[in-house]
Amino acid sequence: MTSASSAEREQAGDGSGTSWFYNPRVRGVVFQVLVVAFLLGMLAFFAYNAKINLERAGIASGLGFLSERAGFDISQSLVPYTNDSTYFRAFYVGLLNTLLVASIGIVIATVLGFIVGIARLSKNFLIRQIATWYVELLRNIPLLLQLLFWYKAVLSVLPSPRQSLEPVSGVYLNNRGLILPEVIGQPGSSAILWALLAAIAASIGISRWARKRQQETGRQFPSLLVGLGLIVGLPLLAFLVTGMPVDLAYAELAGFNFRGGVVVIPEFMALLLGLALYTAAFIAEIVRAGILAVSHGQTEAAYSLGLRPRRTLQLVIIPQAMRVIIPPLTSQFLNLTKNSSLAVAIGYPDLVAVFAGTVLNQTGQAVEVIIITMLVYLTLSLLTSGFMNWYNSRMALVER
Amino acid sequence: MTVSKIAYVRTDEAPRMAPPVSETGAIGWIRQNLFDSVGNAIMTVIGIAMLALILPPTINWLFIDAVWTGTGRDACIVEGAGACWAFVHAKFGQFMYGRYPDPERWRVDLTGLLLIAGLVPAAIPRVPFKRETVLYLLVVFPIAGFILLTGGNLDLSGSFWIGLAIMAVLSLAITVLICRNAGIEPLSPLKVVAAIYAALALVFAVVSYDFGLRPVETQLWGGLLVTLVVAIVGIVASFPLGILLALGRRSKLPAVKLVSVIFIEFWRGVPLITVLFMSSVMLPLFLPDGVNFDKLLRALIGVALFASAYMAEVVRGGLQAIPKGQYEAADAMGLSFWQGIGLIIMPQALKLVIPGIVNTFIGLFKDTSLVLIIGLFDLLGIVSLNFSDANWASPNTPATGFVFAAFVFWIFCFGMSRYSIYMERRLHRGHAR
Repeated sequence: MTSASSAEREQAGDGSGTSWFYNPRVRGVVFQVLVVAFLLGMLAFFAYNAKINLERAGIASGLGFLSERAGFDISQSLVPYTNDSTYFRAFYVGLLNTLLVASIGIVIATVLGFIVGIARLSKNFLIRQIATWYVELLRNIPLLLQLLFWYKAVLSVLPSPRQSLEPVSGVYLNNRGLILPEVIGQPGSSAILWALLAAIAASIGISRWARKRQQETGRQFPSLLVGLGLIVGLPLLAFLVTGMPVDLAYAELAGFNFRGGVVVIPEFMALLLGLALYTAAFIAEIVRAGILAVSHGQTEAAYSLGLRPRRTLQLVIIPQAMRVIIPPLTSQFLNLTKNSSLAVAIGYPDLVAVFAGTVLNQTGQAVEVIIITMLVYLTLSLLTSGFMNWYNSRMALVER
Repeated sequence: MTVSKIAYVRTDEAPRMAPPVSETGAIGWIRQNLFDSVGNAIMTVIGIAMLALILPPTINWLFIDAVWTGTGRDACIVEGAGACWAFVHAKFGQFMYGRYPDPERWRVDLTGLLLIAGLVPAAIPRVPFKRETVLYLLVVFPIAGFILLTGGNLDLSGSFWIGLAIMAVLSLAITVLICRNAGIEPLSPLKVVAAIYAALALVFAVVSYDFGLRPVETQLWGGLLVTLVVAIVGIVASFPLGILLALGRRSKLPAVKLVSVIFIEFWRGVPLITVLFMSSVMLPLFLPDGVNFDKLLRALIGVALFASAYMAEVVRGGLQAIPKGQYEAADAMGLSFWQGIGLIIMPQALKLVIPGIVNTFIGLFKDTSLVLIIGLFDLLGIVSLNFSDANWASPNTPATGFVFAAFVFWIFCFGMSRYSIYMERRLHRGHAR
């Protein structure tokens, strides 16, 4: 080693006499520059190829296609839609359908999952075994298979409209779907809705007041019961006072199909059934693990304070179990939302089926369509996890 | 003063009586477990009602009314017939191999045997030579499987070899340059780089060698074969990528951390279907003209990227469980970053997350069924495809096919989940002390 090179090395390093090669700062910067350069290079390569390939195939780029006429029908839409509507409208219809099935599915899966999860811990041997087999069976079979099973092997072999099953009077089940009577509001029926909203607001207010009073005076108030009573009672009262302004329009068999009523298409039923039953199995395991995670000492402590078993469950076990349950429960909600994209396999018009399926095939603008679809799911994921993180931070242990 | 006279003292033990019938044996068990309170009794009755509602029709359909033999739909279309097992029997070869040519199916069987030969010793904790087995599973088996399944004899042009040689020379030159500049003896780094290129050249030479096997295009693959190929390639390919991403997410370098976080959260935030759509529709657009991946390979790329994000989170969990002292000990021993990770941290972290890896694999295994949406025929895909066979069309055919596919998936997933629970207990025992 000559003295010149060692001087160079000292300059390059931070004066400690070691080579730059051993300086963690220099290595860090070099490594990061390499990573970023590599990624940017790859992106540029892809973008360049995409541009050339799209030009060769004569496919337009940009988002202009969204305002063009779609020209296809959608079998279920929550907002007015015809084949004259734009692609953007089709996107909107698909998004609403996804949200519809996901939100109903989340509610059913959560309720069922809690029931099964608690049943798995039941003292009753039979109930415990049934719950265990439910979980082990549904959790280990692919969701797609379950969806196809419900759709092709159960709902498709139901009788035709003329031989419809009629489980409840006015409700018909056949291979065209589930037909429910339509609720038609007469003038004055909006009072019921307002009563419902007022009841929800009032019960939130009461529970806040009750909590505050309990923290100050220690006296308890049955806010849950009162709240439930309000939510059920007020709309009922409004319904009776305004003179029952709601009619049920029953569907009638006309020719080979039913006319009138609300039709729940079989694709929706199969998807909802599959998603809810499958996710419930996972939620059951989370609930079970959450309850088991509360140590037995907590129960004993509650008993030694003189709490009855029900109050123990309500005030000691469940609040602590919820802390363990909520984070994985969030990811199950996200999974259910993402899994609703399997709708494409059975033809339910959700976001993927409508937008990444039909619209993509018609316009050929794969890059834009796929990116928009992915961004929508990404946004839904971030929103759900953001909300659940907020809820979790409220439930989390407050350490003094 | 007198000793009080006791009228009666028992001097021998009373004969033992059998416990009440209601407290032991089957009756006692039923009383204690099913009818020990009113609420419990009601629950039991509900349970029995549920079973009575579900079990008899299911058993009837599956076994008693089922059609076991037959050569066509006539056997299964009988009034009141149950499951059409004759359909499964007739199509069994397709369900396992897809349209893989009949005389070549021994190659698939042999690949399966090679896999089992590696998996069994790797999965049983007591068997020695773990490192060698894992090496076999991750290097030797994939190459052998590739050659057996596709027929090998990969068409590598002369320019490919020239390119590889140029890359090798360039890498060696850069190594020398860096070592010179940093004042390190360049011999041992050079050896490492040269060994990597030699290994690469060997692998390419083997896969491009003509073993005289008939080439079988991936379009002919199907059934359980495709399911297993997608799942195994997905998990093996996602493993190294997942480890790198997990390290990246815990890195102190901001750019590396940001890139890893974005990558992981992106793939975890989107459904697998959109990923598969992307790899089947968008990927061809991103490649230069003339480069063409077949459908299976495109699906594999999508699945591997998707799985690597989940794998990264599993590995990160393991990394977080390693106390800081282990990193500091590695530093104190004078190990470099990669030495410390490879010799101290990863062996401990990966051992901790074996159950998590198995669970990721179960999820991936179930998710492979989604490839049917982009037109590949995995087990579920080939079963559904056969419903349209007019020779077997009957009202019970779809249900039978789905039950069979569900049974196969269930066996695999349930087996793996039991293994995961077993490993979890085993690992937990060591840590609980």
